[in-house]
Order: sequence, then C-alpha cells, then structure tokens
Amino acid sequence: MKVPKNLYYTETHEWVRVENSHAYIGITDYAQDSLGEIVFVELPEESDQLSKGSEFGAIESVKAASDLLSPVSGVVVAINEDLEDAPESLNEDPYENWIVKVELEDESELEDLKSAGEYESLIEE
Amino acid sequence: MKKTALHPEHVRLQAKLVEFAGYEMPIQYTSIKEEHHAVRQKAGVFDVSHMGELHVYGKEATEFLDHVYTNNIQSMTAKQIVYGFLCMESGGVVDDLLIYKVNDQSYLLVVNAANKDKDFEWLNKQNTFDAAVVDASDDYSEVALQGPQAEAVLQTRIQADLSALRPFTFDYFDVEGEEFLISRTGYTGEDGFEIYGDHKPVRRLFAGLIERDGVTPCGLGARDTLRFEAALPLYGHEISEEITPIEAGYGFAVDFKKPSFKGREALLAQKEGGLTRRMVGLELEGKGIPREGYPVEKDGETIGHITSGYLSPTLGRPIALALIQRPFTKRKTEVSVRIRRRTVPATVRNKKFLSHRKTN
Repeated sequence: MKVPKNLYYTETHEWVRVENSHAYIGITDYAQDSLGEIVFVELPEESDQLSKGSEFGAIESVKAASDLLSPVSGVVVAINEDLEDAPESLNEDPYENWIVKVELEDESELEDLKSAGEYESLIEE
Repeated sequence: MKKTALHPEHVRLQAKLVEFAGYEMPIQYTSIKEEHHAVRQKAGVFDVSHMGELHVYGKEATEFLDHVYTNNIQSMTAKQIVYGFLCMESGGVVDDLLIYKVNDQSYLLVVNAANKDKDFEWLNKQNTFDAAVVDASDDYSEVALQGPQAEAVLQTRIQADLSALRPFTFDYFDVEGEEFLISRTGYTGEDGFEIYGDHKPVRRLFAGLIERDGVTPCGLGARDTLRFEAALPLYGHEISEEITPIEAGYGFAVDFKKPSFKGREALLAQKEGGLTRRMVGLELEGKGIPREGYPVEKDGETIGHITSGYLSPTLGRPIALALIQRPFTKRKTEVSVRIRRRTVPATVRNKKFLSHRKTN
C-alpha cells in the first residue's frame, strides 16, 4: 500500500495535503483497495462549511457506501467534479485525485492527524 | 472460522476473503463488475460449498416435507427440483431452499449456510412422521457454473448429453472419472449448473474450469449483484421471519392447492386481500445508490424500505428492490429514497430488471 510521506492521515483513511493554508482531502490507497471498485462519489457543495470529524460526502463501491469524514474544519473552496463522471479514478490514483479543497480554519487541527509513519503502522495492524 | 475444501484455490487466486456465515469466503477475485459481466456474457464459477445439505429420508419423507414446505412435494417426479419455503405459522420464513427428489423416500434439501442449524432444529421439531433428517453438509463440496456458455464448457468434460438436463432437474454424471450430482439450477438469472461432489474432485473441477477452460472465478460480491438483478430473494433481505413469501412476491412457490402446510392460513389470508405491503422494483431518477435499509418516502412520510439495491452492473443505473406499503406499490407511483441527507426521486416498477433474459 502506498503511503506518501508528505501527507497527513486520519484513522478513517482520508489524507490531507496542505498548500498555502488550503487542504486538499482525499482517500488513501488502503481505503480504495478495501472498498473495491468505486462507482459513485457524493460530493459536498462549494462554500459548504465542514467541521472536523463530520461527514461531508460518501464513497460508494459496488458493494457498499462509506462515509467521508472531514479531517479538518473549513469552508469548501473547490470540489473535484471530475469524480462525478470518473469515480474509478480514485481506485487508479487515490493520491493524485483529491476530493475537496478546503480553506483551513485552524491549522493547529493538523497536529491531531497522523504522520505517514503512524498511518502505516495503523494499517499494518 | 471454517474453510471450504476449495479455500486453497481462493488463496492461490489471490481472492479478497471475508467472513460469511462462519466461513472464510471469496468476496471477489479481481473485480465484482468483471465477474458479474463474465456470468452475464460468458461463464463464471462460484464456490458455494458453504451451502447446507440436509437429507430427509424415510417412509413418510414425502408427507413430512409436504407438511413443512410451501411448495408441492407429492407431485414431484424423481430427479426433479422444486423451490419453496419453510414457513412459520405466522407465514414468516424460516428459510428458502431447493428440494431435490431422489425418490419417494429420499430428498436432498439445499439450504442457506447461515440458516442451516436453525433449519435442522426446525425440521426436527416439526417431525412427527416416519422420517429422519441428517445434516450432510460436511460431506459435500459445491460449485455453481453459471452463464450462457456454461453448458458448452461443461459438455467438454461429460459424455452424456447435457442439453437433455432440463431446468430444475438433476442427474448423476461421470466427469472425467468422478461422479457428481449436477442440477440445472442457479442464483444468477442465467443458464447454468450447480455441481455437488466429494471435496477433492470438486476442487479439481473448480481449478480445471478456471485453468483449462478459462472460466472466470466469481466471488460472493458478484453472486449478490447477479441474483439481485434477477430479483431472486436473499434471505434476511427480501424474505425473513418478518417478511412472508406473499409480501415478497414469491407466491409462485406457495401451493395453496395443498390442503395444509405450516403457515398456510396466514399466507392464504394475505393472498386473499390482507396484504398491507409488497415488494416492488424501484428505478432511481436521480444520482445515488439505494442500499438496504434506506427509507422509501412519499410526501415526507416513510412508506417502506430498500431490501437490496445497487448501481446495476448490467444496466448501469441505480435500481432497488423495496418493501413498501400499499397503495404506493402501484407501478409508476412516484416516491423518493432517503440517501443519507438527500432525498432522491424514484419510480415504482416491476422487478423484471432483466426482462429480456430467462430467469431460473
């Protein structure tokens, strides 16, 4: 399973990439592999307010639906609309294909997230 | 966790394994969609060795089964198979199963893995006849070979003419020196066979079908999407101790011409007008996937729930089976499905999602 070093991770298998006080959020390689073929992504809307730990969308595989939980708080400034037509791209490259871009409300929240090393040991368990 | 005799093959094929009814079983080998399409278009093979096999035999085996089963046993001929239900007095379902008639005094019952022990107890409790029930599940391995090419593939291994084996019949066949019980049955809506035998020969056949004949190994994931599209019931979803065969729309497997059987009165009362809810098909008009348990609503009121739903791999559209209150069961009624925070419009339709196909 790929776990890039430069990202933050959650126990619920989302990743966060921080660029200029914005956070790109996606799902991990482990998540896409466990879900199997992703057939639908339910996205939030631009300018939705996300709060840390709350549900902001869902990933649906052939078999089941899985909630997306926000790793951080903030306003959605962009959604990856490509996922509406090509949800399977999350299987193909889960780190290239982010799901939402959020304007970080409180950068200190990032301290609660897991490092690549911590996440690796979590999924090895 | 229990393992079937085919488990080493699943490991060799690098299947994704999950716990199902106490067994470690393959949910998929490569992809549910690819496995699904293989069965609709060519042929796929499933390990279904977790299914339970109960033998019922004795002088009054026929009378006993006619007493506990909703369908007609008396009228069966040898080597015929009949689908039906074990029902409680309330009409609720103990299990749905196929009964294979060996002869007047010997039957094979193929039951759901998760219900096997419950069925065994239930049958023994109802048994006031000169008949015995034996759990022979551990003696059998079973594979299902399904799809439009199933007959052609299996014929290459059998001398006898397989085309003579009609739907819902079985026979004993010599397959490359080993004897198997083969029935023309399945759980996919396609033509195909269910093949029972000793553990090692079934394992060899399973591996051979994949390696020599290029048949696609299929897991429980595709088994469920395939049976769902064919509107075949899954115990615990479309039928259960709380949902009767009449409500679920499987009355064809309930023979009211029989003067008595367990659950007859309750089921007959429902059939003769007492039905308050019924299984329907739903076609979603918006985006989203209807999943089991999601509420179905009309004008903001909950009128039922989804029993099974998928983004149909064959049709590419979100469809569902749903148990909803009358009169909303009428075709073309506009309803909605609650999917998390959203309400998605849907239309009531028949359950023939694959209308152009034969369904077993």
